[in-house]
Amino acid sequence: MGGMTLEKLDVRGVELQLSRTGRGRPLLLLDSGFSFEHDLAARLAQRFQVIAPLHPGFGGSPRPDHIDTVDDLAYLYLDLLKQLELSDVAIVGCSMGGWVAAELAVRCSDRLSRLILVDSLGIKVSDRETPDIADMFAIYEEELMGLLFRDPPRFKIDARALPEQALANIAKNRAALALYLWEPYAHNPKLLGRLGRIDIPTLVVWGQNDGLVSPEYGRKFAAAIPGSAFETIPECGHLPQVERPDRLIEYITPFAADGRTR
Amino acid sequence: MKAYFFSECAYPYLPAEYDSIRVKLPNRIYDPEKGARLFNDYIDEWVAADELGLDLMLNEHHQTATCMNSAVPLTAAILARVTKRGRILILGNPIANRREPVRVAEEMSIIDGISHGRLDAGFVRGVPYEISAMNSRPVDMQERFWEAFDLIIKAWSSHDGPFYWEGKYFRHRQVNIWPRPLQQPYPPVWITSTSPEGALKVAERGHVVATFLTGFDATRPVFDSYRRRRTELGQETPLDRLAYAALVYTADTDAKAVAVGEKLLWYLNSNRVPMQFVNPPGYHSTATVMKILKGDGPFAAFGRSTTADQELKKGVLFAGTPDSVYKQIKALYDHVGGFGNLLMMGQAGFVTPDETIKGLELFAREVYPRIKEL
Repeated sequence: MGGMTLEKLDVRGVELQLSRTGRGRPLLLLDSGFSFEHDLAARLAQRFQVIAPLHPGFGGSPRPDHIDTVDDLAYLYLDLLKQLELSDVAIVGCSMGGWVAAELAVRCSDRLSRLILVDSLGIKVSDRETPDIADMFAIYEEELMGLLFRDPPRFKIDARALPEQALANIAKNRAALALYLWEPYAHNPKLLGRLGRIDIPTLVVWGQNDGLVSPEYGRKFAAAIPGSAFETIPECGHLPQVERPDRLIEYITPFAADGRTR
Repeated sequence: MKAYFFSECAYPYLPAEYDSIRVKLPNRIYDPEKGARLFNDYIDEWVAADELGLDLMLNEHHQTATCMNSAVPLTAAILARVTKRGRILILGNPIANRREPVRVAEEMSIIDGISHGRLDAGFVRGVPYEISAMNSRPVDMQERFWEAFDLIIKAWSSHDGPFYWEGKYFRHRQVNIWPRPLQQPYPPVWITSTSPEGALKVAERGHVVATFLTGFDATRPVFDSYRRRRTELGQETPLDRLAYAALVYTADTDAKAVAVGEKLLWYLNSNRVPMQFVNPPGYHSTATVMKILKGDGPFAAFGRSTTADQELKKGVLFAGTPDSVYKQIKALYDHVGGFGNLLMMGQAGFVTPDETIKGLELFAREVYPRIKEL
């Protein structure tokens, strides 16, 4: 999320780096963990008070030893909402951030009003011999790009052209992603059974061409959350905030504002 | 200097084209009949090395044709029984990837007992391409390695009934291994490191540090780091604390030896591994990953074929007449400040049992007496 000014907050002893921009209903934006630039926070800040933390370990931010699982992140952000005395919060979580958002919502939705999951990871729906989520750590970079994007060449990162700091962040982001996702791979075996606890209006949005985790998985995710809506974005892969931010905003804005689907 | 004969138990019959020799090479390529014959040949070679007065080294890898020995305690246990006098060095147990360190402590105790105290117990973090094969998290591996290591040492050294262990990675309420090792307080411990930073912790504990195929350029910094840390701690570094692994072949002419040396290079030249297995997330330091992302770094030459000439110059291959091999070893020895253990990969690829044993015979007769004096 380039260009945003980061502030540092001490959240129950954890240094959390985050950006806060815009006015209106609070919106907690939990990012994907992938190192592709996007401006979703700035776009959403036109309508909302956007709180966008860096998950500890990402973007060069510090990570204390005791923060090393997705449920640690869920509790950290619950603590953050309490500390900032926020209520009526809309949460938007993309990919790994969606998993965090879902874990947060099944724990406590007291401060929440809307949940929006975008190509979210986090659940296991198929049998034991069928992967739900492609093994992103065991394939060629080009293959991964093909799974992540409808139009991969547009998003190819030229490592040699990057400043040192950006390159270092990519290296650290990869390690942080592996830390949080490695085992069980990108899911919590218990989460599917807990999704029924979610008692706020929920929208699940999916890139129609997501090759990492399919729209069919997204439908099952939505089906497990009472009363949720499911939408797909055409011509779009796993990261709509990167590939089709204009279309993603069209879904997020009315739903986060007043619970309307398009 | 002591010399260990090392065979990685290669399965050399590869297709002309393959994407990766590690992790995903389909095992239909492995002919179980050929594999059975090879395994027995390799055991025969270790037995021959033992009879020639050499020590023995074994290792473990997974899902790869470079090494069929995917459960090294099994082969080490066989050697414990069928060999008579050589040390049996396992280098090593991949304990950052093993789920049960206590089980490793038990396995090593059995081998130490059956061999009447001939085990050298080595431990390795494991190369990056082991990560996918073992489904082992590459982040914080060093921390997991050292917790497993401490647990194993405690399991070997505790003799008064069960102890408790609730660490970050391993949890037990009743650890009390039977049998315990024969050697007291436990077998000699070896740990691999190919970096100066990695050698520090090994030095602090006074165990043997072993470095692999690091040649003239990269060996000295590892040994220097070890020696410097020992000096800081007010301790000596006897030569037997340092080990170097190379490809080694001895014959009656340089030309014959180098020809077999070329065959040993199968080990390097067949080792094609895609970047996702070479550079798993969180395995390497940030600085190393940055170099890899830019196409430089330690793996830039990975999978490019090399020649005996190149590897002789680097000090990765020692091959020639007994006199040549002695001089090559001595040159590296002098360059790196000395070391007390030579780990000799004397079989790889299509080097035949006959060639392997002939090379060992000549080495044992003509070279070993001279390097023993170093």
